[in-house]
Parts: sequence; structure tokens; C-alpha cells
Amino acid sequence: MTFTERKTFIALDRSTHEFGPPSEKPLLVAGICGVVSNPFAGRHVEELEPAMKELEPLGLRLARELLDAMACSPDAIEAYGKGAIVGTAGELEHGALWHAPGGYGMRQLLGDTRAIVPSTKKVGPLGATIDIPLAHVNAAYVRSHFNTMQLQVPDAPRPDELVFCLAMATGPRIHARMGGLKANDIVGKDGLR
Amino acid sequence: MTAKIRKIITIVEDTVREMDRDVDPVTRKAAAIAIIENPCAGEFVEELEGLMRIGEELGDLLGRRAVNALGVSPKEIQSYGKAAVVGDAGELEHAAAILHPRLGKPLRAAVEKGAALVPSAKKMGAAGTPIDVPLGHKDAAYVRSHFDGMEVRIHDAPRGNEILVAVAVTDSGRPFPRVGGLTHEDAESNDGLR
Repeated sequence: MTFTERKTFIALDRSTHEFGPPSEKPLLVAGICGVVSNPFAGRHVEELEPAMKELEPLGLRLARELLDAMACSPDAIEAYGKGAIVGTAGELEHGALWHAPGGYGMRQLLGDTRAIVPSTKKVGPLGATIDIPLAHVNAAYVRSHFNTMQLQVPDAPRPDELVFCLAMATGPRIHARMGGLKANDIVGKDGLR
Repeated sequence: MTAKIRKIITIVEDTVREMDRDVDPVTRKAAAIAIIENPCAGEFVEELEGLMRIGEELGDLLGRRAVNALGVSPKEIQSYGKAAVVGDAGELEHAAAILHPRLGKPLRAAVEKGAALVPSAKKMGAAGTPIDVPLGHKDAAYVRSHFDGMEVRIHDAPRGNEILVAVAVTDSGRPFPRVGGLTHEDAESNDGLR
């Protein structure tokens, strides 16, 4: 079984102003999509779990390419998320293959992050959009860092392809003012608070 | 402040077959979606208390609607999620005001327990913009079989001065889960994680 890569797609979103006063620090939210062939397309394949191991190098490489594109150090990443779009000849479960390797790649790069990597997945056609949920890397309940990155590769996924996505952000939403747990107040033990 | 609702939409998705195999038991998802007027559209409003109150109201309304749409008891709900799309005259933070401070509590009441974080997504968008409502197990966030999403798209909403608010629930995980990890049956569900 092999996941053959066709392309990598990167999107960078830098926000400096959103109503109100200009933000002191621009917010950079970025996502990367790896488009690969789906070796399980077109039929029911029972045994999927071993393929997760095979995807680990891709997870690590996409995480590294994303960080390079953002031109920032691992310390600057405050929120993350992941997702997958399965081409229409595949099964939703094929998107679930990304859970372990996608998280692994970002954790390898960002160090000892404690919070769960939020995720979503869907089956979709060429050009399908996917909304990658983002949350703080060390405490899932940090309210200012709940955010979303919409990603879309215009020419993917073809029916027999998979789009594996990672997203990262350098800070809270612009003008976050919803109270709740603040990044400064993280206890940092359980990944939640 | 009470939500000025233009419409409420309910979507139910039953997956009965996948890759030529019967899904047994059938996996089921429901989303309840409200299209509301954005009281803060068009200007920078520092204090978003009104939207937080609307969030509380919608957590109850949409939570109950979605559970009812599946026709199951609250305790049979296994996963949940929430999302919002803000029309172009609004600000992303308006979605945060609805979703984060107060929507969760009544939603948890509608599904019973709900020890885990309610996964969420938000964005700015035009009428017809799709949004993926992320789904996670309601009592143990690391249950791998229940990580999912439900795409929602309303053709005529949000208008510029509106917000689309969605709540999604399921009574099941994905069809044919087989990538390992923590299962629904093995989750202890005490800490919201495992």
C-alpha cells in the first residue's frame, strides 16, 4: 500500500485589522494540504490501521513545510488543528487515518504540546472546502484561541485521492474579548486548562 | 437580548450502506441550524453581552431540536459539535460570543452529561457558505471512533447582517471505525478526555 503524493498546497492568512483599533501583533493563520493517492479507494478494505504508521513521515514533513512557510519558530505557534477530505471513491474512515500521523507530525516539531489537536473530516469532491478547527496547543479550553482555518485545494481531491491537512496559528483571534481561560493562566497539566 | 430568528433548519443524515456493506447499526447525525439577525453588525461593538445571551438561548433551542430530530433520549447522544458563520457586516468575534461563553451549558443539558469539550468552528461567510461542524465524543474527547464532522450549508444564509449558528449531534460514531484508539465502550468519561 502506498500513498503517492501529487501536490502540496499552502495557504497563509495574515490579519492586522478587524473593525476597531489595528491589532498590535498581526495574527498569522496558515494551513497545508498534502494531496495523496488513496490506496483503499473503490472497495471496502478491512485492515486500515497499519497505514497510519506509513503516513508518519508525511505528517512530519507537512508540519515542517507549514512552519517554514510561516517563517516562524516552533515557539511562536500557539494553536493548531488538522483535518482530511476523502475523495468520493473513498470512505470517511480513510480520513481517520490522519489522526495519529497528523498529530504526531506537529508534536514532533512543536515539542511537548499537551492539548488534543482538534479535527474534522469529510468526503468531498474536487475543490471541497474544509474548516479546520484550531485550539491552543497546551490547554484546550483557552477561549481566545478557538478559531478556524478554511482550506480548499481547487483541483483536489480526485475521487481516488485524499487531502490531509494541518493548520497552525501564532496567536488568539484578533480582538478576542470573550473572557474565559486566558493563555497566561494555563496550568498546563491535563491539556485542558 | 433575545435572538431575532429568521429561520430554523434541521438536517438528519442516516448512513445505511458504505462501500457495498450494510452499516449496522445505522450511523446517524443531526444538525439544527438557526439563522439570526446580528445585532452588532456594521460597527465595532466592544461589549458583546447580547450575543452571549443569544448563545445561551440557542444552545437550548438547537440542542433540543437536534436531539429530537434523531428521536432518541438525551443520554443516547454520543458526540456533539457547534459552529457559526458570520455574515460580511459582522466580525469573527461575534461567532465567538455566541459559541463559547454560554452555549455549552444548555447544550450539555440537552444531551445529558457532556464532560468533554464541545468542538467548534467559526468563520466569516456569504449566503450558501458551507461550514464543517466538528464532532467529538461528548464525554471523552479522545474516543477516536467519534472524531468526525458534519457539513452544513444554507443556500440563502447568512446575509450580511446575519449569523448562522449550528449544533450537531450523533447517536453513533463513524461507519466502520477501524483506526484503533480509545473506543466508546472503553471510555471512563470522568475527566472529559479518556
